[in-house]
Amino acid sequence: MSAPRVVLVDDHGLFRSGVRAELGRQVEVVGEADDVQPAIDLIGELLPDVVLLDVHMPGGGGQAVVQAVKADHPEVRFLALSASDAPEDVIAVIRAGARGYVTKTISTTELADAVRRVAAGDAVFSHRLAGFVLDAFASAPPTDLKPSFDPELEQLTSREREVLRLIAQGYTYKEIARELYISVKTVESHVSSVLRKLQLSTRHQLTRWAAERRLD
Amino acid sequence: MEHPERWHRDQFRHRGPFWLRQRGGNGGPLRRDPADRLAGGVAAGVAEWRGFNVTTVRIVFVIAALVSAGYFVPLYIVAWLFIPEAGAEASIASKAKYDSRGIRLAIGLASLLILVLLVAGVFNAGWLTHWAWPLVFSVAGLALIWRNASPDEQATLRQLLEPLETATGGTSRKRRSAIRLVVAGGLLAAGLSWLFSAHASLALLRPLGGVVLVIAGIVLLLGPWWLRIARDLVLERQAKARVEERLDIAARVHDSVLQTLALIQRRADDPQKVIQLARLQERELRSWLFEGRDPNDTDADLTVTAGVRQIQQDVEARYGVPVEVVTVGDCELDDSLNALIAAAREATVNAAKWSGASVISLFAEVEPGEVSIVVRDRGKGFDPEAVPADRKGLAESVHGRMTRRGGTVTLTSAPDEGTKVTLKMPHTPAQPRPSTPSRT
Repeated sequence: MSAPRVVLVDDHGLFRSGVRAELGRQVEVVGEADDVQPAIDLIGELLPDVVLLDVHMPGGGGQAVVQAVKADHPEVRFLALSASDAPEDVIAVIRAGARGYVTKTISTTELADAVRRVAAGDAVFSHRLAGFVLDAFASAPPTDLKPSFDPELEQLTSREREVLRLIAQGYTYKEIARELYISVKTVESHVSSVLRKLQLSTRHQLTRWAAERRLD
Repeated sequence: MEHPERWHRDQFRHRGPFWLRQRGGNGGPLRRDPADRLAGGVAAGVAEWRGFNVTTVRIVFVIAALVSAGYFVPLYIVAWLFIPEAGAEASIASKAKYDSRGIRLAIGLASLLILVLLVAGVFNAGWLTHWAWPLVFSVAGLALIWRNASPDEQATLRQLLEPLETATGGTSRKRRSAIRLVVAGGLLAAGLSWLFSAHASLALLRPLGGVVLVIAGIVLLLGPWWLRIARDLVLERQAKARVEERLDIAARVHDSVLQTLALIQRRADDPQKVIQLARLQERELRSWLFEGRDPNDTDADLTVTAGVRQIQQDVEARYGVPVEVVTVGDCELDDSLNALIAAAREATVNAAKWSGASVISLFAEVEPGEVSIVVRDRGKGFDPEAVPADRKGLAESVHGRMTRRGGTVTLTSAPDEGTKVTLKMPHTPAQPRPSTPSRT
């Protein structure tokens, strides 16, 4: 597989150059943007495989970028980066359509791995996001839902919970596969399925975070 | 408690009958005496200045106030405004000159009072109008003093107003508004019934109606202005609060971040220590910025999450190994959960000391019926069958702690594959608390 083409969106120039320098050999950084509108234009023009996206940005934040680009180019994939490891900051971006979330303290190798994984259409969860998802889905699904609601979307399967627990404990996908006696592919499909539920669930805890960030 | 020096001075002054002049005065300029005051310290100041006995001056002041039908009170307040405090150069008035908000507040209060007095006048409450003008001036003057006095004097003022505050401010807001409603309703009912019973004839009501119209006019005219003054005051208080918040942030950044940066500069040749310091600081700053928690009061709430975070902080500080914490759910700690936390601490310390791993992962989950903590490292691991005696001892203590309270310990480890300790403690919760992030 050729190196994925990546666009960096972050309002800190220093951080962008740092990531570019470190990731340079493992992925192909084709462009950089420091604000929402330039980012939307640049992504539309370059159509990269993966956009590395800072969550906290002036002018609407990463969420605005995801929404604008997804409307025209649904094939572009987003990996959210955040300085805070408070997952609630990131839920809105995930629900807008990002396929994963990592913190800025991640090691270069892990970041390159995450980019490759997102480029391949899989999902990437940081360990704290995994914990948060477990938390959000811990209670029984709310009963006051619209008739259109899909009960399957509101609950995690026990296997998915297992996988999330191990991610929260810092396991890699390979280690999870070995621990649960399943293939890495199966682990990936579990995580992708959790991502889908995270994006589509109508649980209050999730919608609340999303709504809160939208007001920013 | 009397200061010995003061006592000595008073002794000297109090020779002879109390109402007699003692000395020719201090010869200096007239200054209010902040040390010996009941209200503004004017009496004490005058006494000191002319060498009278303070008590005599006070009695004279009170008599003057009674004889002058209250007009002495605003005079006193003017003196309070214009005579500088002993030790201070400027009088309150010189400061109040520039306090345009305060002046507006004073005028607003005065006009409001005049309106009230007008209403009182309509109902023939002559005793009230008798005191009216001194009252108006006193209130306006006090407002200016209140806003421009030194913090010290404001404290005295607050003390003077305390009985008033307990009547209005001491009770809860809800109760207060209830009281206000009752009083207002009572006043309205009384006023109306009085109007219609005492002045039954329409002829008498007519001038009253005129007065009501005049009052309504005044309220319409000045009402918005009063409101603006009130809003101005609120805005000013908010601005003050913002400044205080900024100072608080500055202090925090200074105490923690700048200190750490200084430490890092000094330890620049020891990368391990630098990383450790940076991590500690980062965590502290984060928990303060994003989770609104003061890192200094970790003992505030004793929950599983708090306990696990405490482990993280201690281990990171003491052994310099980063600990990644994820918690799912939360609940209060009880006896058996305290044991669980203690066991998790042992396991974490153990991993930090022996595994050689670069990071330890700590995962806690509160489920209905059970709380589990997983301590995991990717360090060198060991063969559980061939444990060195000292490590066995530690494992025993973890094991013993857990099993005594019905918990279980599962240890998986293999050489070069790291170690994983799973601790489970049964727990029937009062109510499992979902971990609500405190940013809401």
